[in-house]
Amino acid sequence: MNQVTFPQLEETLYTEVLDNGLTVFLLPKEGFHKMYATFTTKYGSVDHRFVPIGDSSPVQLPDGIAHFLEHKMFEDEDGDIFQQFSKQGASANAFTSFTRTAYLFSSTSNKEINTTTLLDFVQYPYFTDETVEKEKGIIEQEIRMYEDNPDWQNFFGLLSAMYENHPVHIDIAGTAESIAEITKEHLYTAYRTFYHPANMTLFLVGSFDPEEMIELIRSNQKQKSFVPPEEPVRFQEDEPEAVRSARLEKEMPVQVGKCLVGIKEKRAGREGQEMLKRELALQTALEMLFGRSSEGYSDLFTKGLIDDSFSFDYTAENTFGFSVIGGDSEKPHILEEEILSKISSAVKDGFDKESFERIRRKKIGFFLRALNSPEYIANQFTRYHFNNMHLFDVIPVMEELTLEEVESIFRDHMDLETQAAGCLIFPEGEM
Amino acid sequence: MQTFTSNTIQSHVFTTKTYKTNTIILQLRTPLTREHITEKALLPSILERGTEHFPTRAHVQAALEDLYGASLTADVVKKGEHHVTTFRLEAANEKFLTDAEPLTERAFQLLASVLLHPNLEENAFPSTSVEEEKRSHRQQLRAVYDDKMRYANKRLAEEMCRNEAYSIPVLGYEEDLEQLSPESIYHAYTELIRSAHWDLYVVGDIEPEDVRSYVEKYMKLPAAEPADYTPDVYANAEESRVVKEAQQVQQSKLHIGYRTGTVFGEPDYFALQTANTLFGGAPHSKLFVNVREKASLAYYAASRLESHKGIMIVMAGIDESDYDQAVQIIDKQLEAVQAGDFTDEDIDQTKAVLKNQILETLDVPRGRVELEYQGVLTGHPVSAEQWMLEIDKVTKEDIVRAAGRIVKDTTYFLHGKEHESA
Repeated sequence: MNQVTFPQLEETLYTEVLDNGLTVFLLPKEGFHKMYATFTTKYGSVDHRFVPIGDSSPVQLPDGIAHFLEHKMFEDEDGDIFQQFSKQGASANAFTSFTRTAYLFSSTSNKEINTTTLLDFVQYPYFTDETVEKEKGIIEQEIRMYEDNPDWQNFFGLLSAMYENHPVHIDIAGTAESIAEITKEHLYTAYRTFYHPANMTLFLVGSFDPEEMIELIRSNQKQKSFVPPEEPVRFQEDEPEAVRSARLEKEMPVQVGKCLVGIKEKRAGREGQEMLKRELALQTALEMLFGRSSEGYSDLFTKGLIDDSFSFDYTAENTFGFSVIGGDSEKPHILEEEILSKISSAVKDGFDKESFERIRRKKIGFFLRALNSPEYIANQFTRYHFNNMHLFDVIPVMEELTLEEVESIFRDHMDLETQAAGCLIFPEGEM
Repeated sequence: MQTFTSNTIQSHVFTTKTYKTNTIILQLRTPLTREHITEKALLPSILERGTEHFPTRAHVQAALEDLYGASLTADVVKKGEHHVTTFRLEAANEKFLTDAEPLTERAFQLLASVLLHPNLEENAFPSTSVEEEKRSHRQQLRAVYDDKMRYANKRLAEEMCRNEAYSIPVLGYEEDLEQLSPESIYHAYTELIRSAHWDLYVVGDIEPEDVRSYVEKYMKLPAAEPADYTPDVYANAEESRVVKEAQQVQQSKLHIGYRTGTVFGEPDYFALQTANTLFGGAPHSKLFVNVREKASLAYYAASRLESHKGIMIVMAGIDESDYDQAVQIIDKQLEAVQAGDFTDEDIDQTKAVLKNQILETLDVPRGRVELEYQGVLTGHPVSAEQWMLEIDKVTKEDIVRAAGRIVKDTTYFLHGKEHESA
């Protein structure tokens, strides 16, 4: 087991890659009662076309398959895994994102038993025609819930304005129609291809003994046999550089309108330090431009265009990346215009040194605060790891970042001619 | 946790090295009343708009950024018929920073500046800030309608408690906004500062003596006279009532309100909490198993307690056509809990889940404070350790007795418009 200490953070991280390919990270934290564990596969909603393991030609499975699989993993012959965790005093959950499916639990007792349960249920697929059919009603209600959520509709509207072919614009849960087609064979195909230990990461954080825990994990994994690992072959649709459409407008039964502006990365495929630096630089730039202390925020607020719901973020994965800015507004059109004009002024004039230093401090402080949270550490660490970045590099990279670098990355990203899109939601009758 | 009183503020200090931050939380408690409700809802954002020392929002935010991105959040909530205005400031512990400078004292100064030294124009809040915040607040009030789960909860409280203070929405009323002036809001502010019960919580690597000196130095309250009051907790269930409403929604929201007859601070509260978890508070509970897993009617089906008001609420998102079946299953599950139709294993499982929740809460500074504050609110302080012991003592008879007092009051159903039912 490899051990690295981060003196400034007072954290020690243990790492081991097991014989079967599973990567294990252990981060013991003193003073905590609980342990939080995530078991994550590098498989999400964008991986819908791939070559099944042991096969030679690609298949495309129905939209929502990764999320459906996540739901179905929680059941075996004996029933519901939630029940078992509950009996062991743990609370379990799972989520599916664009690029990952994570299974998790937190518990303050029975930590060894719960870790074993986590490893065992995720490594034991059990699907029948009957249980697959029964799940469709539950997931359909989950989809309906999101259909009524105007923020979710706004976000996916923005993604479909930005992306033409890339599956990131498809709702993670799929649609009622697409999930109706899902069969147990689909689930087994996806499972065998993406749930190999070599495609997965286990992260444990909180109160536990790392030596005892790694022993338990090693012996648990030794008892199981897996086929030799094969890197899954994913097919990505060709995506044009530019956005598909500059604006999408929708009516919904809401009282307050909404506006989101998105800036699509021209070129994806970054990873490691390059990706980390770009992400931190763009988040810093957005904070200088639209954060609570910015002139931009005060101006938008004074003009009556935004409220507390206003927010912004930049996020990237290997095959896509984008900035999103916006929130509730009674004048979505004007807000869109103002956001774009503030970006273009900043592209022209750059940022000032003093606010850069302040925002740098703010981001370092935010990161320290986030390290109080086992959930944040496990989920972000895994995401960073899948993109060949290291979570604990955030502070050194932030400390080294210069204003010139931020401005240059900002200018490269913010090509408003071809890369900007807006999604506006209007109350019925106001469009 | 160490507790002491100075400047009429009750301070609670929990010294620990577990976190990388120091957290300061101020709770201002008053009775939940119609009067000043909208003014109080506006105060947190108006106070963040500027102080004597940091005259604009940008100045306040820049001061926070200088404290290594300290976060300041403020909001209002109701806990039963208590109104609580909360200010939270969380700042990095300087020992994790390269150029270490003392942040905690500055954090106290900043918080005190926001709360006690607002930026004023002739004994009122600046009129431009007030107008802007009124506009923004109006928008937030309207947006409640757009979040259907929240909307359904608000409507249920309005219908079920229509003759009780609990029906007052904590964000206030849109129709009030017109009449509010910079003077009237300032008046509500001085009233709040004067009459509230103040509790200060500090969690982090900090000594109680330091907290005491910061409080004495920075938090002198002008003429504080916290007024005693007793909130109304009980109301008897009326004859069970159904309220249906149609909107353009894809998923219908079924929210059912019950009277529990038991509130926090009473001996049977822990039995009620166990009963609620068994009924609908966890993935092994009867609602999750029967509404979701067995009947596939819902993605979520859960119950929760309003501990300070003697209310339990069931929430489920279902298809409109499944209304009768869902109500029937939910009724049957509550009857099962009341009839003692559960095993010893179910009880053990429920207790394990509850105790785990309490321990997990302690890992989050804010969670620890919320937990302790429950006891302060009711005058029955309960430590986390006691809480877990009490849960352990709960027997099957206790659960059946507490559940036996639960009575269905109001059923609220928000459904789609296509098939408008009578």
